Amino acid sequence: MRPPLRQTFLTPLIHENPVTLQILGICSALAVTTSLDTALTMSVSLTVVLVLSAAAISLIRQHIPVSIRLIVQILIVASLVIVIDQVLQAYLFDISQRLSVFVSLITTNCLVLGRTESFARSNPVLPSVVDAAGNGFGYSLILVVIGSIREIFGKGSLMGWPVLPTVETGGWYTPLNLMLLAPSAFFLLGLAVWAIRTILPEQAEPLSHQPPDHPEAAE
Amino acid sequence: MADRSPLALWRGFLARPNDDRGKTIFVAMLVAAVCSVFVTGATVVLRPIQAANRAAETQLRLEALVSAIPGMRDLLATGGDLATVVVDLETGMAARDVTPETLDAALQDPANYIALDPETDIAGIGARPRYVQVYIVRREGRVETVIFPLIGAGYNGPLEAMIALSGDMNTIAGLTVTRQSETPGLGARIEEEAWQSGWAGTEVRDPAGTMKFAVARGPSVSPYEVDGITGASRTGRGVTQMVRFWLGDNGYGAVIDAIRRQEF
Repeated sequence: MRPPLRQTFLTPLIHENPVTLQILGICSALAVTTSLDTALTMSVSLTVVLVLSAAAISLIRQHIPVSIRLIVQILIVASLVIVIDQVLQAYLFDISQRLSVFVSLITTNCLVLGRTESFARSNPVLPSVVDAAGNGFGYSLILVVIGSIREIFGKGSLMGWPVLPTVETGGWYTPLNLMLLAPSAFFLLGLAVWAIRTILPEQAEPLSHQPPDHPEAAE
Repeated sequence: MADRSPLALWRGFLARPNDDRGKTIFVAMLVAAVCSVFVTGATVVLRPIQAANRAAETQLRLEALVSAIPGMRDLLATGGDLATVVVDLETGMAARDVTPETLDAALQDPANYIALDPETDIAGIGARPRYVQVYIVRREGRVETVIFPLIGAGYNGPLEAMIALSGDMNTIAGLTVTRQSETPGLGARIEEEAWQSGWAGTEVRDPAGTMKFAVARGPSVSPYEVDGITGASRTGRGVTQMVRFWLGDNGYGAVIDAIRRQEF
């Protein structure tokens, strides 16, 4: 029995968020979240690639030979990524320059192949598309949150609009340079995972080993 | 009797088991063919728009650079003249048979590139084109300013910029960065006007003719330095090497000498 479409769409937003629960696709989540507009563009690009590749793969799922299924999936994903990259370079030139290589790297984003391999390959088109959209939005949600925090505290602005008046422009706020470096995205992502797993304890994984200092904890 | 119409063949083909060798190869070829049509289509259809974007961007930066140089706007308004010239870096003269219109075609030809060995290739560009388009601002026949395009290697990827030299060919009048992929908020600040405005008046060589220009590590302390950007020392070094290469003997050296001798 397949779950209803609504649930297929909503579950990946928080409860099974691909970034915070499965820790997939974090390389790009770290790299493009220095400002909100790049995070948004990356989110939209990834969601479009994910939805289209899920649709295409689900459409031909009955006829993909098992022995070459990964190659076929990667081929479809990679082609879609190139098309998206070309579209961005043509119509969103500024942003595509700042995203540079990370759009092309959607090809290797574990999130895309993860969804096509584990869901689209064995489900009809509509549920596959809904699942892909849900996961795309789940990824986007995390990117937008981290991107907003990093832009506000790193540059004092949001979407390029000043929010906190910075010292350079005569205000009081000294931008935190750390926020613009990759480690800060790690910290923020870690805090987000912590927060979500505190609210939803069922997401926490069991300890894989007991710390040796506290033998009494192992019962 | 087997039905031999294409549709029936197609149906029969799809009905074959998925691990059938013939079907495996055919599915692989079909997917590859469909994907390549999409990729080729997108590239071909969108290429003119992308080229226009790049050209517009470069033109915009050039105009911004020209108008940012003190007095340049007045100069152009009162009879100054901005000319586009393709120079031959071998001879240091204007190229005889390459014009701005045919430059793109000339640069397609690998014979018009000179490979650089590691010692001379301080800018990290591998090979240097023989022909480059430069912009010369004249007034009453005298060269007031020359704008040279530069390419180099930054921390994350290629750098492209344009530098304006005053008529003495030693004082920088301005700089603009036309392409970079440095770390946002750190190296990428080379795109900011606030940083670029510090370039005007900086000198390239000392009176003895030794190349002294550098992006400092921190605030500049000599007339040959521009301020460094905190946290972006590798980007700064890339910019230093790029300027030193192109304004040196392996770059525009011959052109600069010719302008000094007033042969332009």
